[in-house]
Amino acid sequence: MPEPAAATAVLELRDVTKAFGSVVALRSGSLTVERGSVHALVGENGAGKSTLVKIVAGVYQRDAGTFRFLGQDVDFASTAASKAAGIAVIYQEPTLFPDLSVAENIFLGRQTLGRPRRIDRPAMYAAAEALFARLGVRLDPRRQARGLSIADQQIIEIAKAISLDASLLIMDEPTAALSGVEVERLFAVARGLRDEGRGLVFISHRFDEVFALCDTVTVMRDGQYVSTERVADTSVDQIVARMVGREVSELFPKTPAPIGDVVLDVRGLSAAGVFRDVSLTVRAGEIVGLAGLVGAGRSEVARAVFGVDRYDAGSVRMFGRPVRAHDVRAAIRAGMAFVPEDRRGQGLTTQASVARNVASVIRRGLARGGLLTTAAENRAAGPWSARLEVKTAALDMAAETMSGGNQQKVVLAKWLATEPKLLIIDEPTRGIDVGTKAEVHRLLSDLAGRGLAILMISSELPEVLGMADRVLVLCEGELTAELDRADATPERVMHAATRSARPIDTPAAAPVEVTA
Amino acid sequence: MTTLTAPGTLSSPLRHTLAGLLRSREIAIAVVAVLVVAVTTAKNHQFLFAANGWRDLLLTPSILLLLAVGETAVVITRSVDLSIGSVVGLTAYLTGRLFIAHPGLPVGLVFLIGLAAGGVLGLVNGVLVAFGRVPALVITLGTMYVYRGIFLTWAGSNRVNASDLPDSFLRLGTQQVLTIPVLTIIAVVVLAVAGYYLYSARGGRELYAIGSDPDAARLYGLRVTRRVLTAFVLSGAMAGLAGVATAARYGTVSANAGLNLELQAVGAAVIGGVAIFGGSGTVWGAALGAFLLVTINRALPVIGVQDFWQQFVVGAMIIGAIVLDRVLSIRRDRKIAAATSAARAAARGNS
Repeated sequence: MPEPAAATAVLELRDVTKAFGSVVALRSGSLTVERGSVHALVGENGAGKSTLVKIVAGVYQRDAGTFRFLGQDVDFASTAASKAAGIAVIYQEPTLFPDLSVAENIFLGRQTLGRPRRIDRPAMYAAAEALFARLGVRLDPRRQARGLSIADQQIIEIAKAISLDASLLIMDEPTAALSGVEVERLFAVARGLRDEGRGLVFISHRFDEVFALCDTVTVMRDGQYVSTERVADTSVDQIVARMVGREVSELFPKTPAPIGDVVLDVRGLSAAGVFRDVSLTVRAGEIVGLAGLVGAGRSEVARAVFGVDRYDAGSVRMFGRPVRAHDVRAAIRAGMAFVPEDRRGQGLTTQASVARNVASVIRRGLARGGLLTTAAENRAAGPWSARLEVKTAALDMAAETMSGGNQQKVVLAKWLATEPKLLIIDEPTRGIDVGTKAEVHRLLSDLAGRGLAILMISSELPEVLGMADRVLVLCEGELTAELDRADATPERVMHAATRSARPIDTPAAAPVEVTA
Repeated sequence: MTTLTAPGTLSSPLRHTLAGLLRSREIAIAVVAVLVVAVTTAKNHQFLFAANGWRDLLLTPSILLLLAVGETAVVITRSVDLSIGSVVGLTAYLTGRLFIAHPGLPVGLVFLIGLAAGGVLGLVNGVLVAFGRVPALVITLGTMYVYRGIFLTWAGSNRVNASDLPDSFLRLGTQQVLTIPVLTIIAVVVLAVAGYYLYSARGGRELYAIGSDPDAARLYGLRVTRRVLTAFVLSGAMAGLAGVATAARYGTVSANAGLNLELQAVGAAVIGGVAIFGGSGTVWGAALGAFLLVTINRALPVIGVQDFWQQFVVGAMIIGAIVLDRVLSIRRDRKIAAATSAARAAARGNS
């Protein structure tokens, strides 16, 4: 079948939309990748980049819009279909099989076969070594993938994608865990693929890399296409301005509240391989925003403070008194409350009633002679649910039938019923529609006004900037900036969050092989 | 620039080989099994040197061995098949009824019918698990009772007796070739084929991948549903084969034929190093686990251990195997975490 002469684009997406229930992840995604081009796709967390990638990869199916690959309209029902068509994707989180060998992870389903269709392991190992040689890394193809460092896992993903011989290669933040040398080698391979006439999409938060590798850049914001330009014709400042470009103050009103004494005092908190030397304080009536990119270690810090996870060094104090490490009950007794990111999975018993959910943390105080009655639960839950305006027909309605915003309120009500002094809240408005977002924000502001200390983790920059009295920025497990409300601009936070721990032009340590 | 070398590199080839051997679950189990046989024989020579000692040593585990092979294929995909004991009972009874209805039926054909019947019962499990999106534990717990119920309803108060079965078939139950029982040979051939498939065929490796990380398997584009179905069909077929073998070996099929065998098969697999959460382990290990389990059960009465303690020993072995796996994996994770931190620190110090 002759290809249309005009079709120089490998990939063409126009006005693609995708919603999950009532939450719109992608309003209008557009992206055109030419042959022999490296195309950067940039935007904040939650701008819709990953959703777009997953639609191209066949993980999700679009709700509407045009999707053309190699000049033809396509619909990929599965990842297998997109792979067969010639699309290779390196996902943000490596998706390896820990029990299989490194070589098998690369060639699974395409292993070199001898006779009679027996997997020829020596040939497979040799092919893997050839790939690693091309990437300039030393990795034993025979070892199990379990326990490999994120960098090594990422290298396997890259080798896998290259070995597919695809016409389109999408890399979703492939360099986040790589050292400078490894990044350079990856770029050399990427340029080689570009010169062979393939199309590449490169998603990164590191602008130096975007400018070093890419020729075209598309900016996305809030699930929408913003602009496409030649990299040569633009600048970092321009791109950052397009990424954040929206009036912050209108959306997220934090009413000023009197700020009191230090409630939470964290000093030198470290956990090997997760975060390092994190110190922070939160005062009564203050909202402290913890910003950073996905994977920077924000949730991990919160979980350690609340006693869910262990930490290796440092201390956590409430009102000057030390809180036992790795002990959630001690944290609750000290006056902490924690609303996790994954509220369906960790914060709510979705099948249970609203009242039971709200009363679950304080049930010890409610029980009469060891028995807990529904009436007592409803009595305790009533005032809080009313104050938070949980919109449910009745308190005995099951939590799973409610909207994301109302579920969040139930989780909040549950913790507020313990009368905490400190609220740690992770992604307070993730998966909540815009209208309800404002309600959650008003509520948080209100709680701070009553003297509650709030530590808020958020991937949404406008939310952090609008709500927080102080912004702490975490990058690769380390605090890189502390900004007062007045000084916190989107650009500053972005720069602190994308600061590379290692400048790209100085070679870091040689890739270290980890042996189990 | 510094290059890190892994700590503890006093490696001589011998030491390396020795460490590798000690780490291999299969060899560890084999050593324990040999010890059990040796100790028991030392206490009572009859155990190995009686007229049927050698034959029984090989013959008794062969039925559980077949079941353990099938169970392993399912457990590797992060599922479990609890219905196989009932499948054994049902197919054993089917075998008897076939011979009662057609006494001249070729023995080979009966084995094939048993295999196919078991496969169909396994397919039912697989379809329910793969399309019902209900955990296999629940589905196969249900079919365990359903299959047993069908068996009991069908059999009523009848039972299959040795007199109903042709002599050629019964002889097969104890027949030996070069001192090796025929049933053992069948089991070992099946074991070898399954072992080859799981290690050297693409489909076999995909079973491991699915158990290792089901979400990643879907993202990778593997045909998860089809592979899981295959594993359940295999498990059912092995149980069907074991059912025919049970009829040949014991000659009678009563209502409790195959009872509790599914738990023994899971136990054998776990003892043999098959991870209950899928992704790792071999049928060789599971087969050795089955051999060890059956042999210990036979050895304990011989050396005068009471009934209660026999059950206790089996339980202790299963728990011991799991604790061992857990300890090894924690140690491995610690090592890796330490090495990763060291590497990070080195990277920081360098930049």
